[in-house]
Amino acid sequence: MLFDMIRDPGALVLAAIIVAALSGLPALLLREGPLGQQISAAGAFVSSLLALPSLCYLLLQGGAAASSYTLNWNLPFGPCEIALDPLSLFFLIPIFVVFPAGSLYALGYWPAATRRTSAYSVTFFYGLLSAAMALVVVARNGALFMVAWEMMALSGYFLLVAEHGEEEVRSAGIVYLVASHLGAAALLALFSGLRIATGGFGFPAPGALQLTQGGATLLFCAALIGFGSKAGIMPLHIWLPSAHANAPSHVSALLSGVMLKLGIYGILRVLTFFPEHPLWWGGLLTALGLTSALMGICIASAQKDIKRLLAYSSIENLGIITAGIGVFLIGQGTGNARLAYLGLAGALFHILNHALFKPLMFFGAGSVMHATGTRELDRMGGLATRMPWTSLLALAGSVAICGLPPFNGFASEMLLYLGFFGEALAPEPYLALGAPVLALVGGIAVICFVKLYGITFLGAPRSEGAAHGHEAPFSMLAPMALLAALCLTGGLFPQLFLALVNPALQGILPVGFVPAALPIPPLWFAAAGGSIMVLSLSIFLVLRGKGRTLPSGSGPTWGCGYLRPAASMQYTASSFGAFFGSLATPLIRFRIKADAISGVAPAAARLGYLPEETVLHRLVLPAVNLAGIACAFVMRIQHGLMQVYILYIFVTLLLLMLWVH
Amino acid sequence: MNSLADQLLVLCLLLNFAVLGTSRLAFSVRAVALQGVILGVLPAIVHPFSWHLALIVVSIILAKGAVIPLLIIRAIKKAEIEREFEPFIGYIPSLVLGALFTSLAFIFAAKLPLSPEHEGLLVVPASIATLMCGFLVLMGRRKAISQVIGYLLMENGIFIFGLLLADAMPVMVEAGALLDLLVGVFVMGIVINHISREFSSIDTSRLSALREE
Repeated sequence: MLFDMIRDPGALVLAAIIVAALSGLPALLLREGPLGQQISAAGAFVSSLLALPSLCYLLLQGGAAASSYTLNWNLPFGPCEIALDPLSLFFLIPIFVVFPAGSLYALGYWPAATRRTSAYSVTFFYGLLSAAMALVVVARNGALFMVAWEMMALSGYFLLVAEHGEEEVRSAGIVYLVASHLGAAALLALFSGLRIATGGFGFPAPGALQLTQGGATLLFCAALIGFGSKAGIMPLHIWLPSAHANAPSHVSALLSGVMLKLGIYGILRVLTFFPEHPLWWGGLLTALGLTSALMGICIASAQKDIKRLLAYSSIENLGIITAGIGVFLIGQGTGNARLAYLGLAGALFHILNHALFKPLMFFGAGSVMHATGTRELDRMGGLATRMPWTSLLALAGSVAICGLPPFNGFASEMLLYLGFFGEALAPEPYLALGAPVLALVGGIAVICFVKLYGITFLGAPRSEGAAHGHEAPFSMLAPMALLAALCLTGGLFPQLFLALVNPALQGILPVGFVPAALPIPPLWFAAAGGSIMVLSLSIFLVLRGKGRTLPSGSGPTWGCGYLRPAASMQYTASSFGAFFGSLATPLIRFRIKADAISGVAPAAARLGYLPEETVLHRLVLPAVNLAGIACAFVMRIQHGLMQVYILYIFVTLLLLMLWVH
Repeated sequence: MNSLADQLLVLCLLLNFAVLGTSRLAFSVRAVALQGVILGVLPAIVHPFSWHLALIVVSIILAKGAVIPLLIIRAIKKAEIEREFEPFIGYIPSLVLGALFTSLAFIFAAKLPLSPEHEGLLVVPASIATLMCGFLVLMGRRKAISQVIGYLLMENGIFIFGLLLADAMPVMVEAGALLDLLVGVFVMGIVINHISREFSSIDTSRLSALREE
């Protein structure tokens, strides 16, 4: 029996989920010393080693061997089906890549020795979050899905408030909790609707949901709100920046690299239920995706907090993915097989890529914070000399995230570009307008990450912390190196990743929509990326050779030829981003706080600023405050007097007795 | 069912009013204990003899008539209180409300779709009336010990309802219910202890200080 289980890769995946859920227990039980955390990290590796080969095997089989398991428990919502179809398998991959990487990273970044009060709970919930996310992906029953979804949301909360001593972290936690439960409310509406339509909580078979147009629209909107708020599609993103900024970095990596994708998974899963998709769904998703990509990256470029910048960049990437799904729906609706394929393949490929380079960037940000003790870009600088490896790996991540060759971000965005450009010759070439928008997003992303990388790693140190920065330990560098290597592989040999993407496509795309080959031969990617690498390496060598022969002097970076340059003369993050920030004022404003200066010889004064997002501070927060005032009577119901609570029970009982008549 | 059982149930109803109308805690405890003993005897009168039944009767009389009252009386002595001062609902209004609820219970029971052999019995109305009186005590009194008394009263009401089923009820269910009650009283005892230590009184209305602002 055990032998059969080992031979069934599906069972191995389920075993991996269980191992992941339990992996945090040693850290929870062995709180003294680093042993518990190390065993937990080993558990994470075991679960990943169990899962990843099986996942790849099942996917490369073409998903024909999709296995399903039924849990027959005596609960009112019927038997619980768990199934591993290609779509689920595909979304499981990022989970089992980022989870062990993050666990290893935590050994150096959040060690039990210095984080005595939170390391054990963070380790425990890290495993639980990963397992809950995996359960979300494999669940085929609305009730089980909601249970897993809630487990995921709550363990995410406990991870996020690891440093709950700080007011900012607590308020970020509350915003996250409220937003995720509003999303869950929309999902409850979705699954109740499905229950009414199909008569059971089990997910309908692909294309089996026959509904009226109004019903389908309602379900689609509920799914879009519920899953969209998890995926951080604007304007449902309000929880995302502060949550990602205030969580420990390896948690942000998991939240951003994987949890956001589950919103996309939900949307895709719901789309498979419907036999046909109205054209406006695709239009809406494309518009939402492109808007949120553009707005996300604009706001990111004005940030001065390194992790908040990365969080807004996640909104951008998720926007690109959503736009890809929209393009797929449009292609499917108009019968354009090439467009549908490019949109969906681009979206899924980008999901995989974002799950590699975003954790890489968050790990990099974590190492920088670990070394300097601050999240403010304006206080960093000159770290490249003190942290050479981190700096190199962060450079790789920055290039990948901008969508430049030779890294994987380029490959996936290329597919979307091809899709948009292909529409330029169509009779109604509106969709081709997506290409310039995507190019604009890419350009602003370059501004954004030049700022992040340049201000953090180049120049001279701007503060004491930056001047005394130290290289991260091996346990933090190794996961980053792994992710960077995967990013490079994906950029040079996209066919390797597409081999994982294609089976997942077959589950969603109609038959005959998956072409045999890419529009451009994949070897071009390897050739182009390789030549760029060779070119930059040769330029570097030539310049270094010249530097040896020519006479040279050295001064502080960006000394600008002044006689006595100081570190404060350099470009800061704020001054670098000021010009673009001034173009993006409708989206983001700066709140400037300055002490008043008076008298002939004024005392020392301080000037500070805070980027404020217009949508959040002018629209969402006032609306939330209004809702709070409107709901003030609820506070009065919560009286605090036990006798009054008993009165509530009694009144309910009486009303029920009357109702029976 | 015979008239003796009905008379005992009427006695139970009267004991409800005794609990509602007194401020002396020790007296209320004794009244509830007496009610428990009566309820313990009832199954023996209603149903034919069996060892199972005998076991139930003995254990109920022991638990409700001896163990629990002793525990509470000890708590009263330890906390050095004799009376319930300033209840939320005064004694006269409590009695009036109790009468009102009792009559409502009779009206409600008459409308319940009971099986024919249970119709016209006092069991159902007495059960609902006792339940409601328990609620009234829970709502109207401040002291934690009064809360325990209200809880016991409610439990007695539920038990009366269970009389209809005593034949069908397996021992395990009975034992479970009794255990539940004992545990409940223990928990309440611990709660009382903590309240009195934390707020240096056992006035449950002080608990509102725990409310989140």
